[in-house]
Amino acid sequence: MYQFNYHKPASLADAAAALAKNPDAKALGGGQSLIASMKLRLSQPSDLVDLSGIAELRGIKADGGGVTIGAMTRHAEVAASAEVKKAIPALAALAAGIGDRMVRNMGTLGGSLANNDPAADYPAAVLGLGATVNTNKRKIPADQFFKGMYETALEAGEIITSVTFPAPKKAAYVKFRNPASRYALVGVFVADTAGGPRVAVTGAGPGVFRVPEMEKALAAKFSPESVAGVKVKADGLNSDLHASAEYRAHLVTVMAKRAVAAAG
Amino acid sequence: MPVKVSMTVNGKPVTAEVEPRTLLATFIRETLRLTGTHVGCDTAQCGACTVHLNGRAVKSCNILASQADGADVVTIEGIARADGTLHPMQEAFRQHHGLQCGFCTPGMVMSAIDLVKTTPNPTEQQIREGLDGNLCRCTGYHNIVKAIQAASAAMR
Repeated sequence: MYQFNYHKPASLADAAAALAKNPDAKALGGGQSLIASMKLRLSQPSDLVDLSGIAELRGIKADGGGVTIGAMTRHAEVAASAEVKKAIPALAALAAGIGDRMVRNMGTLGGSLANNDPAADYPAAVLGLGATVNTNKRKIPADQFFKGMYETALEAGEIITSVTFPAPKKAAYVKFRNPASRYALVGVFVADTAGGPRVAVTGAGPGVFRVPEMEKALAAKFSPESVAGVKVKADGLNSDLHASAEYRAHLVTVMAKRAVAAAG
Repeated sequence: MPVKVSMTVNGKPVTAEVEPRTLLATFIRETLRLTGTHVGCDTAQCGACTVHLNGRAVKSCNILASQADGADVVTIEGIARADGTLHPMQEAFRQHHGLQCGFCTPGMVMSAIDLVKTTPNPTEQQIREGLDGNLCRCTGYHNIVKAIQAASAAMR
C-alpha cells in the first residue's frame, strides 16, 4: 500500500473541509473495497478521511412509511434492523446477503454507493426502490445518481450522509452468485412502488440499470409470467471468464422472474 | 506522518505510533506479537485473519489499525479463560477435530463465535452459509460444522 495521511474528523463540516483541501483525498467508509484496492495499489489517495467518527452518519430511522439509513450504517446493522425488516424486508434481506459476515460487519451503505462497483448489491436496491441519496450538499434521486462503472453523480468533496428508501407495496432481490467469489453475476431488484413497478439489475452491465420493458409488463400484471418473455439484449453487458454477455442477459430474465415470484 | 493508535486488545490497553497504512493484522502480529491471528490470502477472502472488533467478527487484514483506534479488539489468544480453560468453541473444535492443518482455525473459531452469537441455534445449512467468509484449503469443513453445532449447544 502506498503512503497516505489519515484523518478522522468528528464533524461532517471538518470531513468536507479535509476532502476539499486535498484533491487526491478519499473518504473512508468501512473500507471493505477501498482498503483492498489500496493494498493492490489500484488506488492511491493522498489522504484518507475516515468518516467513522461522525455520529450523525450512523443510524436507521423509520420515515413516513419508509426508512432513512445513515451512510455509515454497517450492512449487518441494516440486515438486523427491526425498522428495515418491517418497512422493507427485501432491503434487510439484501443487506444480509452482501459479501460475507465479516464484510457486513465493516462495510457501509454510503461506501458501497460511492464506490458503485458494477456487481454491488446496494445500488440495485437504491435504484429499484427509487430511493434518494442525501449528501452534505443536496438530495440526489436514484435515477440520477449512478453514472456507470465506479462513477456516480457525487462531486469532489461531496459526502453521502444518508439514503431515504420509500417503502414499496412489495419487493424482492434475487441474485445469481459467482460460485467462487460469491459476487452477483446478475442480481435483480424488483419493486412494486407507488410510482409503478421498478426493475433494477446489477452485475450484468457496467453499472446498475433499469429494464423499462419489464416494468411495463409488470404494470399490466405483477406476476412472474409477465417478465418471463422479456429478453434483455446482450450488447454492452459484461463478458468475462465467469460468464458471457449472452449468459448474463439470459440470467437477467431468470432472476427477474424469481424476484417477482419472491415478492409475491 | 505516523499516527497514534490506542485500543484494548484481549482486555489490555495498548498504544503505539504506526504508519497510517499499517493494517490491523500487521499491528496485532508484528507490533503486539500476537501471532495467533493468521494472514492467509491477504486479500480479504479467506478469513484466517478474523478478530473481534467491538464484539463483531472482522477481517483484520482489510482494516487499518487506525480504524480500530479506541476499539475493543479480541484475538484468538483472548477467548480462553485466564486459567487456561478453552472457550466452548475452541473445546468443540478440539473434541470434533475441526481442523486439519490448523492454519484457518483461528479465523474459523472467531467467525464461528460471531455466527453463534447472531444465530444462537444454527442449522447445518446456516452454519455452512454463515461460514462463507472463511476458507479451509484442506477442505475440512465437515468436522468444523460438527464442532460449531456442538459449541452452539454448549454456549446456550
